[in-house]
Amino acid sequence: MKTKTLVASMAIGFAAAASAQGTGPVKIGFITDMSSVYADLDGPAGGEMVKWAAQDFGGKVLNRPIEVVTADHQNKADIASAKAREWIDKDGLSMLIGGTNSGTSLAMAKLAEEKKRPFFSIGAGSARLTNEACSPYTVHYAYDTVALAKVGAAALVKAGGKNWFFLTADYAFGHSLEADASTIVKANGGTVMGAVRHPLNASDFSSFLLQAQSSKAQVLALANAGGDFSNAMKSAKEFGILKTMKPIGLLVFITDVHSLGLSNAEGLQVADSWYWNQDDASRKFAKRFFEKYKRMPTSVQAADYSAASNYLKAVQTAGTTDADKVMSTLKSMKIDDFYNKGQIRADGRMIHDMYLYQVKSAKESTTPWDYYRMIAKVPGEQAFTSAADSKCALLKK
Amino acid sequence: MAVPPTVISYLKDINPQVSMEIFGIPHQAFLGQLLLGLVNGAFYALLSLGLAVIFGLLGIVNFAHGALYMLGAFAAWIMLDKFGINYWLALLLAPLSVGALGVVIERLFLKHLYKIDPIYGLLLTFGLALIAEGIFRELYGVSGKNYDVPELLSGATNLGFMVLPNYRAWVVLVSLSVCLSTWYLIERTRLGAYLRAGTENAALVQAFGINVPLMVMLTYGAGAALAALAGVLAAPIIQVNPLMGSNLIIVVFAVVVIGGMGSIMGSILTGLGLGVIEGLTRVFYPEASSIVVFIIMVIVLMIRPAGLFGKEA
Repeated sequence: MKTKTLVASMAIGFAAAASAQGTGPVKIGFITDMSSVYADLDGPAGGEMVKWAAQDFGGKVLNRPIEVVTADHQNKADIASAKAREWIDKDGLSMLIGGTNSGTSLAMAKLAEEKKRPFFSIGAGSARLTNEACSPYTVHYAYDTVALAKVGAAALVKAGGKNWFFLTADYAFGHSLEADASTIVKANGGTVMGAVRHPLNASDFSSFLLQAQSSKAQVLALANAGGDFSNAMKSAKEFGILKTMKPIGLLVFITDVHSLGLSNAEGLQVADSWYWNQDDASRKFAKRFFEKYKRMPTSVQAADYSAASNYLKAVQTAGTTDADKVMSTLKSMKIDDFYNKGQIRADGRMIHDMYLYQVKSAKESTTPWDYYRMIAKVPGEQAFTSAADSKCALLKK
Repeated sequence: MAVPPTVISYLKDINPQVSMEIFGIPHQAFLGQLLLGLVNGAFYALLSLGLAVIFGLLGIVNFAHGALYMLGAFAAWIMLDKFGINYWLALLLAPLSVGALGVVIERLFLKHLYKIDPIYGLLLTFGLALIAEGIFRELYGVSGKNYDVPELLSGATNLGFMVLPNYRAWVVLVSLSVCLSTWYLIERTRLGAYLRAGTENAALVQAFGINVPLMVMLTYGAGAALAALAGVLAAPIIQVNPLMGSNLIIVVFAVVVIGGMGSIMGSILTGLGLGVIEGLTRVFYPEASSIVVFIIMVIVLMIRPAGLFGKEA
């Protein structure tokens, strides 16, 4: 009898706790690099996009207010997962969004799986998130290294850029970009003539570039990012290397192109998931962003908005914030907004079109931030890792 | 050490009838990499010179040096972007304004620290550097700003063994002349003698009617101006970025340590030499190019703790 009473009271206690959780605010957490190398392409503005998505949704879902919290992971995986853990355990976080930096996203994906919370990775590039390290709670929303390589490299090889030389940042991210792109180059009948590895934040690229030039390759592939990318491009121009080699940036955002200036970036080919000037809906979003930040949004910032608003839609449709139900709704619904059209696959990979752009010359560019001309649109099924090639167990059911 | 195949094809490409070889690579390519190393060495020399002057005469380990270099580059960029002041004027005005800021820093903060442990000066200047970087990151973001090479120096010259952009040649020229004049000023003139004497025994020199605090203040200002000059020179080569100084400052400190703390000629020669060694490492074993300077530092400290040109205490 005593045991029965105890069990019954515990059951009541649980029910009360559950209902308390069900009436409080729906909390969305956003963790990214807010102050260092990647802060311009995502950063505080990315967090603001998540807030905009919540406001535009009406500030409420299932009659509960939506609350957005943000944090700076300083590019450290332990900070990212500690913050996420705190939010989930103490504040009853409903959903987590991870910004730039693959290391932090991989750590948060693991935590989200353990805690059963939907996790959207936006700015991180590593394709591992939905391959070897896939989880039923991860959505990899914007792009990944495989898609960048497939879209960027394949097109250039097919257009006659057969011989490649890589200038690679000497750490995990650079190596995986180089490996993914090399595979694509070879699969399309091209050759990799060589590669030189430079340290992160290298102070000077001239020696490396002369080595690239001497390889006689037609394509200079920059498997680096941010400041290293900009400085390498600038020196390549200065030493006249772009007269004989065609540059391709394997991870370039529009903020990088803006910072380099068209005189240095002209002719560069860039793979990306979105461009502010691609259609009316995108321009409308970009205009609103520009009014606040005096610059145009990157694809990552657009994806931050889109991810948050589609999550809220899924919660509305599912009628609950329960992670399993929301995830199954997300994977069965169509994503269709200004950012992209697509579908979230069973492994969490959002399959959508990817684009190849070429940076315009100063003459072609007519308005501020008019930087890209689209040269190819690649359907999602071709751009991302195919289900057959994936090692993710979720696809094998 | 094996020469990468890219280097060999590069060499054959430059001169098919290569006859002479240096360290297993033909002399033509060797000369090219040597020259590029010299260009980078010119920056190291200019930056380490300022550090050596400040340490030698004030005993301050100036951790703000990288930030002052960044401020110099940003000053040039702001002058061009906001006021249309061209490169040539910026080459003069940016060091002057950053030098003036240096004077303010010395008056407000550093002058209180001369009599206490040098660690306080190090911590204070490190804090100032973080503040300056934080402010510029907040104002201008982290992507960096582009500063074009001035019209007069754009283009490149074919030297036979390589094509050298004219601007890089200009950097070497300016840096070497500034370095040598600074050395001459401090080591060979009467003013330099006062300065050196003032740091040995301030009270005695003061007694001869020389205004030592003023001299020390101007010395810090001049050191700051040298860092800013290096910043202006670097602006057309690399992206002007709030973090550009912190990427470089550690290497420059290593240069000063190798050359011998406070030795002016030592820092100039070491700067140039290490630029060359680093440049060659980029060809033979690129992965090590970011640590070669520190390996040399370890070896030098073990053999000559006072540095190559430093006086044993």
